[in-house]
Amino acid sequence: MNKFERRDFLKLGAAAAALAAAGCAGTSYKARVVVVGGGFGGATAAKYLRLWDPAIEVLLVERANVFTSCPISNLVLGGFAKMDDIRQGYDGLRRHGVQLVNDEVTAVDAAKKTVRLERGGDLSYDRLIVSPGIDFNFGEIQGYEPAMQSGRVLHAWKAGSQTIDLRRQLEQMRDGGVYVLSIPLAPYRCPPGPYERASVIAEYFKRSKPRSKVLVLDANPDVTSKAGLFKAAWKDLYPGILEYRGANKAIAVDAATMTVKLEVEDVKGDVLNVVPPHRAGDVAMKSGLITTNNRWCDVDWRSMESKAAPGVHVLGDATLSAPAMPKSASMANNHAKIAAAAIVELLGGRTPEPLQILNTCYSFVSQKEAIRVSSVHAWDDKERTLKAVPGSGGISAARTEAEGTFAWNWARTIWADSLG
Amino acid sequence: MKTLILAAALLAALPAAAQTTAGRNLAAPCAICHGTEGRPAVSESPLIPLAGLPRDHIATQMRAFRDGKRPATVMHQIAKGYNDAQIDAIAAWYAAQRR
Repeated sequence: MNKFERRDFLKLGAAAAALAAAGCAGTSYKARVVVVGGGFGGATAAKYLRLWDPAIEVLLVERANVFTSCPISNLVLGGFAKMDDIRQGYDGLRRHGVQLVNDEVTAVDAAKKTVRLERGGDLSYDRLIVSPGIDFNFGEIQGYEPAMQSGRVLHAWKAGSQTIDLRRQLEQMRDGGVYVLSIPLAPYRCPPGPYERASVIAEYFKRSKPRSKVLVLDANPDVTSKAGLFKAAWKDLYPGILEYRGANKAIAVDAATMTVKLEVEDVKGDVLNVVPPHRAGDVAMKSGLITTNNRWCDVDWRSMESKAAPGVHVLGDATLSAPAMPKSASMANNHAKIAAAAIVELLGGRTPEPLQILNTCYSFVSQKEAIRVSSVHAWDDKERTLKAVPGSGGISAARTEAEGTFAWNWARTIWADSLG
Repeated sequence: MKTLILAAALLAALPAAAQTTAGRNLAAPCAICHGTEGRPAVSESPLIPLAGLPRDHIATQMRAFRDGKRPATVMHQIAKGYNDAQIDAIAAWYAAQRR
């Protein structure tokens, strides 16, 4: 045994001891599934594996101690919800027998079926689920990283510390200031999310600093989701406050002059919320799971198994989306159910059947009114992918407070379905 | 229609355990609004619990949503994604869950 291996062996011993101390010693399982990432995808997969086959040992590796939800985080920015509303711990998963490993995965060896942890050695698995979320291609916007590090340009496109910082900047902004929201080209996490954010911040300005402006600079030619409903809300509720410009792609930012550079002009603002283009999360990149455009992870939609690494299942926003499938919390939660069902079958020596799944996304257009989009996705044997079922799905008839009530119900329910 | 009958026949031909799994898998996505296993997670939920509801009632309501006979904010659009055999499988599975 060389020195490197010995050190790893010792680390693995420590990890095993920690698990034993957590009350798992003596339990005999038929197989072990390691889940990487405790967001909507990973948390749901861990829970549903335990629900559907308690003989499977499930370890969830997550670097954060608490879950922070992107859905509803725009209401925090508008001042209509609190950080506490969108955060919760992982005790619900522990009650299902999921073993939490508070660590970060640095590498995956799909041939040896092990993952390497930053703090605690290696974990072996029979099946691996990676639900890495997104990270950003900062390099596509010149000057982005130093501007973000200076704290003057934020994305707040992962709910957490930047949500708090952006809210503070909006509160501190002078009345008459300009909040600039720059949206990357699709595909990005949560298609309607930027338009919801613009709406609820416009509502905040309307109430608290009415001479201020929301300026939306969208790299896409037009609003990418629920366009008619959003535009009607902006016209009715925020005339003179919210201005939308399509085909306005940010190519550089300058924190010193608070400028967003577009292809044709420069735009100055008081608060710069520039969302860079996305790709699958870092752990997917480190694990060799990215298959397409150096950005996304292609999967077999019957099992969510990676096209790059056998025995590894990839969930959520990191996937190369199936046709007409949004990168959403609802989809990540449903991807997890596909993976959990498939893994239960595979570990039982059976062939998994494809699942039919559905998406529902609510967006607030004011403090209380919301709009919705839904779709149903079924396996198409000819095209070998999930496709929207013809005739199903659609959008809200109009923005209403009733939809707002359903939106809050959806959020609280999906949090509980994923983590509770 | 041919596909529907075929799907129904296939579903009915499955052994009991596989039928239960098929119903479970069809129902699992609904949990994002209706709660895990059809039990609402939120005390003030505007949705009625599906777990333990009579099977025929669930199936009848799903068909009413699908066929435009019961007004809805979202279920009329979602129900259109499911055929009769799938609706029956979902209804049977929810009816068998503890309240």
